[in-house]
Amino acid sequence: MNDLRTDESPVMVPDGLDRRSFVKAVTMAAAAVGLNATAAAKMVEAAVAGVKPSVIWLHFQECTGCTESLLRTSHPDLAKLILDLVSLDYHETLMAAAGFQAEEALHAAMKANEGKYICVIEGAIPTKDDGIYCMIGGKTALSIVNEVAEKAGAIVAIGSCASWGGIPSADPNPTGATGAPMVLKGKTVVTLPGCPANPYIFLGTALQFVALGSLPALDDKGRPTFAYGRTIHEHCPRRAHFDAGRFVQQFGDEGHRQGWCLYKTGCKGPATHASCSTLQFGEVVDAWPIGLGHPCFGCTEQSLAFRVPLHDTVMIERPTPPDTYPGIHEAQGHVGAIATGIAGLAVGAALGAGYRFAKKLGDEPAAPPPPDPGVKP
Amino acid sequence: MNPGRRRALRVLAGTASATATVAAAPAHAARAPKQVPPEAMGMLYDTTKCIGCKACVTACSVANDLEPDRGPDGLHLMPLDLSGKTKNVIKLYREGDKVSFMKSQCMHCVDPACASACMLHSLQKDETTGIVSYDPTYCVGCRYCQMACPFNVAKFEFDEAVPRIVKCELCRHRVGDAKLADDGGFSRYTRGHGPACCEVCPRGAVVYGKRSELLAEAKRRLAANPGAYVPKVYGETEAGGTQVLYLSHVPFEKLGLPDYGPQGVPHTAYTIQEGLYKGFAAPVALYAVLGAVLWRNRKKGPDGGEGVQS
Amino acid sequence: MSTHASVHREVGGPILTPSYRVLLAIAALGGVMMLWRFAAGLAAVSNLNDGYPWGIWIAFDVVTGTALGCGGYAVALLVYILNKGEYHPLVRPAILTSLLGYGLAVLAVTVDLGRFWELWKVPVFFWRWSHSPQLEVALCVATYVLVLLIELSPAFFEKWRKSPDTGLRSFAEKGLAFVKRFFVWILALGILLPTMHQSSLGTMMLLTGPKLHPLWFTPWLPFLFLVNCVVMGYGVVVLESHAAASAFGRRRETVMLGRLSKVAMGVALFFVAFRLADIVLRGQAAALFSWFGVAVLVELGLLVAGALVLMSQANRRSPSQQALAALLLVVGGTVYRFNVYLVGFRPGEHWSYFPAVPELLITFGIVALEIALYVAAVKTFPILAGEPEPARA
Repeated sequence: MNDLRTDESPVMVPDGLDRRSFVKAVTMAAAAVGLNATAAAKMVEAAVAGVKPSVIWLHFQECTGCTESLLRTSHPDLAKLILDLVSLDYHETLMAAAGFQAEEALHAAMKANEGKYICVIEGAIPTKDDGIYCMIGGKTALSIVNEVAEKAGAIVAIGSCASWGGIPSADPNPTGATGAPMVLKGKTVVTLPGCPANPYIFLGTALQFVALGSLPALDDKGRPTFAYGRTIHEHCPRRAHFDAGRFVQQFGDEGHRQGWCLYKTGCKGPATHASCSTLQFGEVVDAWPIGLGHPCFGCTEQSLAFRVPLHDTVMIERPTPPDTYPGIHEAQGHVGAIATGIAGLAVGAALGAGYRFAKKLGDEPAAPPPPDPGVKP
Repeated sequence: MNPGRRRALRVLAGTASATATVAAAPAHAARAPKQVPPEAMGMLYDTTKCIGCKACVTACSVANDLEPDRGPDGLHLMPLDLSGKTKNVIKLYREGDKVSFMKSQCMHCVDPACASACMLHSLQKDETTGIVSYDPTYCVGCRYCQMACPFNVAKFEFDEAVPRIVKCELCRHRVGDAKLADDGGFSRYTRGHGPACCEVCPRGAVVYGKRSELLAEAKRRLAANPGAYVPKVYGETEAGGTQVLYLSHVPFEKLGLPDYGPQGVPHTAYTIQEGLYKGFAAPVALYAVLGAVLWRNRKKGPDGGEGVQS
Repeated sequence: MSTHASVHREVGGPILTPSYRVLLAIAALGGVMMLWRFAAGLAAVSNLNDGYPWGIWIAFDVVTGTALGCGGYAVALLVYILNKGEYHPLVRPAILTSLLGYGLAVLAVTVDLGRFWELWKVPVFFWRWSHSPQLEVALCVATYVLVLLIELSPAFFEKWRKSPDTGLRSFAEKGLAFVKRFFVWILALGILLPTMHQSSLGTMMLLTGPKLHPLWFTPWLPFLFLVNCVVMGYGVVVLESHAAASAFGRRRETVMLGRLSKVAMGVALFFVAFRLADIVLRGQAAALFSWFGVAVLVELGLLVAGALVLMSQANRRSPSQQALAALLLVVGGTVYRFNVYLVGFRPGEHWSYFPAVPELLITFGIVALEIALYVAAVKTFPILAGEPEPARA
């Protein structure tokens, strides 16, 4: 890595951060999202060279929770770093501009960074009645997203709403709310479902694009496999309790106090792909539903969240053994009482009837035996 | 006794002795014991290394694409024993402070009773690898193989409309065109092509390779650790020999491996069957004799009258 | 055909009597259970399991059922090999019982087989044949059913040759001529085949090796099964003859049956002696002092009891004593077969089996069907011995 310890470097270093601390912070940020030292070096180089990819952040049917979640990353002060590593050219919650100026900033950024900007979508897109249920500056969300995504270098849908429709799409879905990939057919859309999405997954994806110009490996739903590649159940801290059959039966019972498995209270962990069990929220240990003693509700999964009741159990698709064992010779086979009775009666009746028949034949032949047919008359 | 009867009895006695002679001669040439195929593959399971993690149970279920054998609450992969859904199971033996795990699956016998029972060779022993495989194409579901197996290995899908026999086949479906190569003294395929249970075992408690290599390794372990094991390699000779071998620190009977002698299970039945019917000579001879007797009786009845009639 | 030998007569009379309807009802119930078995699989109707894959359908319907159908074989040995024409009147009804016993055993096998639709492959794919004793049983039994049909065919032809339909009459005449011409060779098959497969039913259980208790595991098992089926065959013939006489108000063949019973007694005693000698000489006498030993004593005790009844000539002349003894012999023979196929078969202490209710109902249905078909056949075709016709010059 170049030694960039010079006071005359043109890079904009955050206030109060010297070169060494900046490099350290960038390395930590890269590591936190799973990028290696090479990537970190490239990020520093890009920062030094003043190359800051443009980010255009669209808001549609959303609660802004994903943005809020992103703002709460604090070790290091990444909000500041983000604003220095990328150029957040359009963000309705954070930008100072409003009205015409905001519109102009959007179009200017799109024009200046055509084919290179990251288009981030937060919130669902209503499709019913030509999408009139969400309009910004006189344009439908539908038309905005198509226009902005058209010239983007990368498209990232953050949160369940943007990934597949989220809470606005819950029954009866009066606005026809749907996710970005369903609208932007044919385009590669990185989806980061979650309610809210875990901010570090966004950071990892965005910073990889910044540093290496590539997107992480995605599954068939566009989710980065480094975060969504396994279910909660496969990596849950309470798994040992599941395997041992120690379940919470009711909230507040002894098992609940002991931190036992929440499967029976409706945990959707076995069917939910997410990283919450390792990458919790708010950078506080156990700050995630199961850690707090409530079953996972499957917020990343379209088939579960806002669809299947919170406390309904899910099927375990590919079960694994418990921590109990069968004996060398486990008793098997069924002997029914009724069948035994019936068989006994039938055999007894048959033998009894045979005996009675024999007895009734009497000791004397019924009639004198005729001459043997084989003898010549 | 009338002359006809006397003659008939003589004929009958002659028939009986002729048949007995024809049958007895080949029967006394008893069936030669089956030999281990030269390239026989097998497994070696060592109870002193097994920690009962059951990774092999899950790996087998996944590698063979089996429906999970769920426990009563449906949540766990919890086979009680081998079954129509389970080709490999880990059991626990505990008596006082004696504890051992036991991995149970097909033993791939050198003289398999199941293959000898099967009418159309649905179960058959590969001549090279010695793997006892199952092909449902010619299986009528008679379950004679289940009656015959001395280890109660073959299981049947009683609750399926189109049932099959289910048992370990040493993951022969995974081999593809992989070749055997030396790997730490055992002949192995590249990862992903050998038995799934062996490949996933975290402690090498069950390993696979050529039976000859495994037997040598087993004996080496016995020699190097006297007192740690029951001094026998189970499967070296039992029931004619098996290709899956066991080393144990507790008596084998406790693990469900009976003290069988060295004779193959099919020996008695096949000696008789193959002896009696060798070349189909005895039945043909008996038929000829019966025909001759009946023909003669047809001409003469017991009192010189008309004989055999329908 | 002979001009003076015993003639066969159809019994005639209505078939659908009240008691016949009861038989049909039981058979129909069994039939419904069979349909359920085919629709839902074996687990739905039976308690068969991996430890006891063979239950009463094999032990009773097939193994015992065919032995109950060995009357034809046992009597044919007497009549045609030992040339004792006096027993000739017993042959045709015995062949009928054999045909029904074996035919319904084939039905029971089809119900029991998990993949019965592949059954046609057994005779066709001969290059895949193994030396399994069961293969020989399967092929033999199938052939034997055809042979029995041919052996019984004169009963059908004799009726049809009196038919008003000319076509049927000429067919019947041709059929009778054919059977008469090849009778010896058909009959020889009819004696060879049961010798082969009844003994192989014994060999079959030898393949279970250590799982068959040493009290029954002996290289002589095939021979014992053969002797056993002859005993049972004679017992069945006696019972069936008396039953038919009572049921259809016909004369009893008491004297003939008395002589037959004497033969049966001899064979039964031979079986018991051979069995005990075999157990002792193989060093298994000590095993008799166990619950398995009790089973052996029951199987042999019944045969001894039957033989004891037949020891006195007075008893052998008494229809009720004949029938009682025959019952003891048949039950004793059945217990032996059950012992070999179920009681003495030990898959392990943790396995247990007892038939389920639908399983039992299918067996009852098959038995009821057999009786019903027997009655219908003897009423319709000349099978039972009738009064001799006036001699034709």
